[in-house]
Amino acid sequence: MPVNIKAKLIEKSKLKSDTFKFTVSTKEIADTARPGQFLEIRVSDNIDPFLRRPISIYDINKENSTVTFIFQVKGKGTEILSNKNIGDDIDVLGPLGFGAFNLADYKNISIIGGGIGVFPLHELAKVACKNAKVNTYLGFRSKDFVVCEEEFAKVSQKLVITTDDGSYANNGFAINYLIEDLDKNKADCIYACGPLPMLKAVQKLAIERNIPCQISLEEKMGCGIGACLGCAVKTSASPADAPQYVHVCKAGPVFDASYVEL
Amino acid sequence: MLLGTFGYGREFDQFIDLNKLGGIITKGTSLKPRPGNKPPRICETPSGMLNSIGLQNPGVEYFAENDLPWLRKFDTAIIVNACGSSIDEYVELCKILNTLDIDGVELNLSCPNVKAGCLAFGTTYEGVKEVTSAVRKVLDKPLIVKLTPNVTDITSTARAVEDAGADAVSLINTLLGMSINIDTRRPKLANNTGGLSGPAVKPVAVRMVYQVAKAVNIPVLGMGGIVTGDDAIEFMIAGANAVSIGCGNFISPDVSIKAVEGIENYMKKHKIDDINEIVGTIQLN
Repeated sequence: MPVNIKAKLIEKSKLKSDTFKFTVSTKEIADTARPGQFLEIRVSDNIDPFLRRPISIYDINKENSTVTFIFQVKGKGTEILSNKNIGDDIDVLGPLGFGAFNLADYKNISIIGGGIGVFPLHELAKVACKNAKVNTYLGFRSKDFVVCEEEFAKVSQKLVITTDDGSYANNGFAINYLIEDLDKNKADCIYACGPLPMLKAVQKLAIERNIPCQISLEEKMGCGIGACLGCAVKTSASPADAPQYVHVCKAGPVFDASYVEL
Repeated sequence: MLLGTFGYGREFDQFIDLNKLGGIITKGTSLKPRPGNKPPRICETPSGMLNSIGLQNPGVEYFAENDLPWLRKFDTAIIVNACGSSIDEYVELCKILNTLDIDGVELNLSCPNVKAGCLAFGTTYEGVKEVTSAVRKVLDKPLIVKLTPNVTDITSTARAVEDAGADAVSLINTLLGMSINIDTRRPKLANNTGGLSGPAVKPVAVRMVYQVAKAVNIPVLGMGGIVTGDDAIEFMIAGANAVSIGCGNFISPDVSIKAVEGIENYMKKHKIDDINEIVGTIQLN
């Protein structure tokens, strides 16, 4: 059950010049949140910026009743949020999204993420690694953008970091390293979150090789709770002249890769 | 207090007590299901938002079978926002709505986001009168007609509503707008243009409510950027007999409940026993 609460900011760190990690104290959300779900954060009491900011959950700590999220400053809303201080109350609506990651009882899973899309994959890997072998592939633009490497290393049996320009770790796209490994050992399921070209490539790969695949999507959101019908994504089974749309905030943000048209 | 942009209520039931609302105006509902427009459908603007949802809805039959029985569990008025793309379609839809257990119909003649219909009927005296009269003949339930602000003279279309025998007029729907990504030089909405709503449009809405309240004798339902009780009071002073909240619901699910509390606080502060006392009490300079 989602709640709308004021959660106290208890830890704040700057991971990059524009990337912040916030931990808020909230038993209500920590108790019920699942990997892949997100929060809608109201950054200001004013009417500008008007809408909440959807931000994915990076870590859920049920013992300490905390939830952690990481965000990049992209505009006015995230700028205001980045200026919050420890001890401040943050207006949080969540956990949102009926479509969370489903771990089933897979024993070998592959996780692939790109850029700021890596953040929701952390909680997934953390939960999954207790019962499954987790291979994680994270792609970044260049060395300056690599983030959370140590944290992902702790929750993955194998971690492959790639940079598009080869300025750090492996050179090239993360998916190429995933494909290389899949040629040797089949994964029970692939989980993905990242830029659209990456998701399209992962979707194609999973369908071609008949591997179950779950992808986490983002779309411009109004309400985050399924009322405004703004964050639409077309289902792949529906024809172009009679499209059927589902909504990222409600049916997602995690979808079976074969279900949606990217 | 009535609400639009509220889906069919289910999304908000988990956060607020729907019994505390005066009524719920459902999302736009049509005779047949509508898929809605391509994404992106929404973009934020200063103190507001643009949307081009395209009236996505499951159609009146689905609503009647699945949503209405659920909504009826609550002690609140249920008004269905009805949209169509031809007079025949509005009439067919309202014939069905007339048989349902609902408290009224709000005729949506003003959605700017669907190609055929809606806005086309809503911008002239003749257009509004024709479709409202046709619906009036088949609808015994209270009939509200929602006006578009995308006209030169809002009092003309408001008079058409009254002349056609509707019970009330509601305004405003969204203002047609556009927002452009300057890097790609493409509009931010897939549909290129969309409807502007939120506090950004409130002064336009208040002005139009003021004009319409003076021009007609039927009740006026005011909306457009209401977020707080004070906003609601402003509309009522301008002449609105009732108010509704649209995209303000997206700020927080309990915005409507807080607005009701805000109205009560205003009444206490100004020693007002009956909120109707303030309707149309604007003192011009």
